[in-house]
Amino acid sequence: MTAPTYDLGKLHGGLRLPGHKAASTTKPIQDVPVPSQLILPITQHVGDPAQPVVSMGDHVLKGQVLAEPDGTLGAPVHASSSGTVVAIEPRPVSGRYGNKAPCIIIDCDGEDRAIEPAGNVEHYTRLQPEALLQQILRGGIVGLGGAVFPTAQKLMQARTCSIDNLILNGVECEPYITCDDMLMRERAAETLSGARILMHALQIESCFVVVESDKPEALHSLGDAMAELGDDRLILKQVPTIYPSGGEDQLVQLVTSREVPSGGLPTDVGCLVQNVGTAAAIHDWIENREPLLSRITTVAGDGIVNPMNVRARIGTTIADVVEFSGGYSEHPDHLIIGGPMTGKSVSTDRVPLVKATNSILVVLKTSFEGRQLSCIRCGDCASVCPVQLLPQQLYWHACADDENKLREFGLTDCIECGCCDLVCPSHIPLTANFRIAKGRIQELADEKARAVRARERFEARNARLEREKEDRDAELARQKESAKQAGPAAIAEILKRKQKKSEED
Amino acid sequence: MEFARRESPYWSARVAVPSLMLQVLVALVPAAIAHVWFFGPGFIFNLLVASVFAVGGEYLMMLWRERPPEVALTDYSALVAAALLAFALPSLTPWWVTATGALFAIVVAKHLYGGLGFNIFNPAMAGYVVILVAFPMHLNLWMAPRIGDIDYQYLTVIQTLVYTLTGSLPDALGFDVVSRATPLDVMKSGLNGMRTVNEIRANPIMGDFGGRGWEWIGNFLAIGGFWLLIKKIIRWQIPVGVGVGLLVPATIMYMVDPGSSPSPGFHLFSGATILCAFFIATDPVSGATSPKGRLLFGLGIGFLIYSIRTWGSYADGVAFAVLIMNMAVPAIDLVTRPKIVGHDKKSDSR
Repeated sequence: MTAPTYDLGKLHGGLRLPGHKAASTTKPIQDVPVPSQLILPITQHVGDPAQPVVSMGDHVLKGQVLAEPDGTLGAPVHASSSGTVVAIEPRPVSGRYGNKAPCIIIDCDGEDRAIEPAGNVEHYTRLQPEALLQQILRGGIVGLGGAVFPTAQKLMQARTCSIDNLILNGVECEPYITCDDMLMRERAAETLSGARILMHALQIESCFVVVESDKPEALHSLGDAMAELGDDRLILKQVPTIYPSGGEDQLVQLVTSREVPSGGLPTDVGCLVQNVGTAAAIHDWIENREPLLSRITTVAGDGIVNPMNVRARIGTTIADVVEFSGGYSEHPDHLIIGGPMTGKSVSTDRVPLVKATNSILVVLKTSFEGRQLSCIRCGDCASVCPVQLLPQQLYWHACADDENKLREFGLTDCIECGCCDLVCPSHIPLTANFRIAKGRIQELADEKARAVRARERFEARNARLEREKEDRDAELARQKESAKQAGPAAIAEILKRKQKKSEED
Repeated sequence: MEFARRESPYWSARVAVPSLMLQVLVALVPAAIAHVWFFGPGFIFNLLVASVFAVGGEYLMMLWRERPPEVALTDYSALVAAALLAFALPSLTPWWVTATGALFAIVVAKHLYGGLGFNIFNPAMAGYVVILVAFPMHLNLWMAPRIGDIDYQYLTVIQTLVYTLTGSLPDALGFDVVSRATPLDVMKSGLNGMRTVNEIRANPIMGDFGGRGWEWIGNFLAIGGFWLLIKKIIRWQIPVGVGVGLLVPATIMYMVDPGSSPSPGFHLFSGATILCAFFIATDPVSGATSPKGRLLFGLGIGFLIYSIRTWGSYADGVAFAVLIMNMAVPAIDLVTRPKIVGHDKKSDSR
């Protein structure tokens, strides 16, 4: 096997968290059977909603496009099994605020019949990068680490920058989540194949595959797959198990010692980060013509009878997935989509599993130790902040709702990793406060932009009216002047001409 | 199935302010025992008086401010302030002096500024300075350490209690019999009297470095302080800053003029240096917050302690040094703001 390398940059702060990863990695990835109904949100990506291209009553096949991207940023949504479209309507989804979103509902026929792939496609190695990117776009592939940015567009953007580092993110630093770990263990070759497709698309000659040190099996199987491939452009890197080293910007800093500029992208410092799951999905689409129809999800937590990793069709409800994993134990308090640090709490399990769902965490009880007290300025929050913010000062300014100070102290640079919450002896919900403050800042900025636009329109209108008035006055003055010069004869002439004109009208 | 909603993260901190405060109190226990051993039971009476008035003041202020009193009472911060005040007092202190200090610390320095977390000044030191100015005579009444060959008059527990309650000594005893000047006072007045350091150190009250008894309390305070460091309840920057800020000028002056400059060891083990370095200056609320800022904060306190001891009129300068540096904290926090990741330099965000 190929041994991993370790030379690393430095990341500020972070936490060593208990992993809780053993329970869900004892057995191989299990396939969830076709459910009776699929709920497919038309927005499963960052960007504009996709537009449905099927109607109620249509029979659809597995792999058929249900909704096409509209606008510049988006990804198509495919039917993840065959069946009949029974509704296109808003349904509860696992958004941060439990809101509803338009979904295409399919009653599955259970046959799981796939659509015929359209025509013969050249092997990607014979395609120009642009043509390859266009193909990737059709696969409905988005960032599967949870950010769900449309992959093709991320790559297109990267093509406009000079990229010298492709980083495959297999860090998976958040507790409980093991879907990437299991993917790397079971599908290392496919993951690396995806990496090579990405390298071709980007015309880049090296790729770091980065894995956290708490995943020896994944490191081993990747190492074996690399040795078999003999592709020395792939470099396996091991990073220490420190949360949140799997954050995109944090990983760039760790691997290349480059800081992603505030408000910028990794491409600004010549890096592109892709999740290992995304790479495997690209392989499935480009090599096997299978678009993104399913994903691996970790089902874990003390509220789950049999924690495991499952491969489930996009659109399967969380309830179905949990039932497949043995159901709930006792009466759990919380259902969290994602991990314990950044996941989203949802109020019902009737929401669908979507492309972003990397983990379903069911918690019996969240413990609160002690009540919230005033900040004692201990500074522990600042010492763990991976972005080197001063959460304690930010909190102060957030309470005062001081927009300028919040900007000055870098609120918009906060990645909401939650580290500060975990060390605060006063038990202040810092991250939640920052999230609210960010919303407020955004609101204020939108309001300001609207006001600026309104003022510009108003000023432009005033200027136009003023100009017109000046023009009219000048014309009037000119006519008066010329009339004065020409004398009464000319005036009579003009009046006659006017009269004639009005008769003609 | 339905579930309760919550904001991430779903884990909360295992540390809590009350347990931090309790551990600070625990760290003071060895030194408290040493204090009683060397200077008699007065320390316990002072501690009781300070605690009763600090906690009582806290309770009343919370009521007056229409806040739930149990929140403040169960964070134990008033007890920490009371304990620090008790350590700063001579073991013979009438109760009203202690009470004035404790009440000023809690009512004025803490709650009038908004309570725990909002006080600009270190409450214990603010209280101490008030009684130092208001009752200067009482704060100079240190007993001699109870060590074999020092000539001292031992007060019984009852006599000490009577003094604490009434401020009067048994008829046969005068202040000059029971009390001694502190080593820092001896050093200061000796130097003012144009004597050399070696002559002054011949006084039986002087120990290996500082004063006998005092330096032992210093050792136990340091043990408690190191324990807090290991438990990560305090960080190294402030203790190191105080030490370096005090010892560097002390060492330089000692090397230049050993005749009229006490040794660095004397500075370290005299007065409240060690108490300040580990327990007083490390109060997070009134101190600087960033690691670099804390180092600066500590250095400033150390240097001010040296300056006041050497050139000021007070024998020790810990309380004044801490309060002065408390005032500098906003400025220190401003200039030591760390560079945010992804920003070019500090100035671009300011």
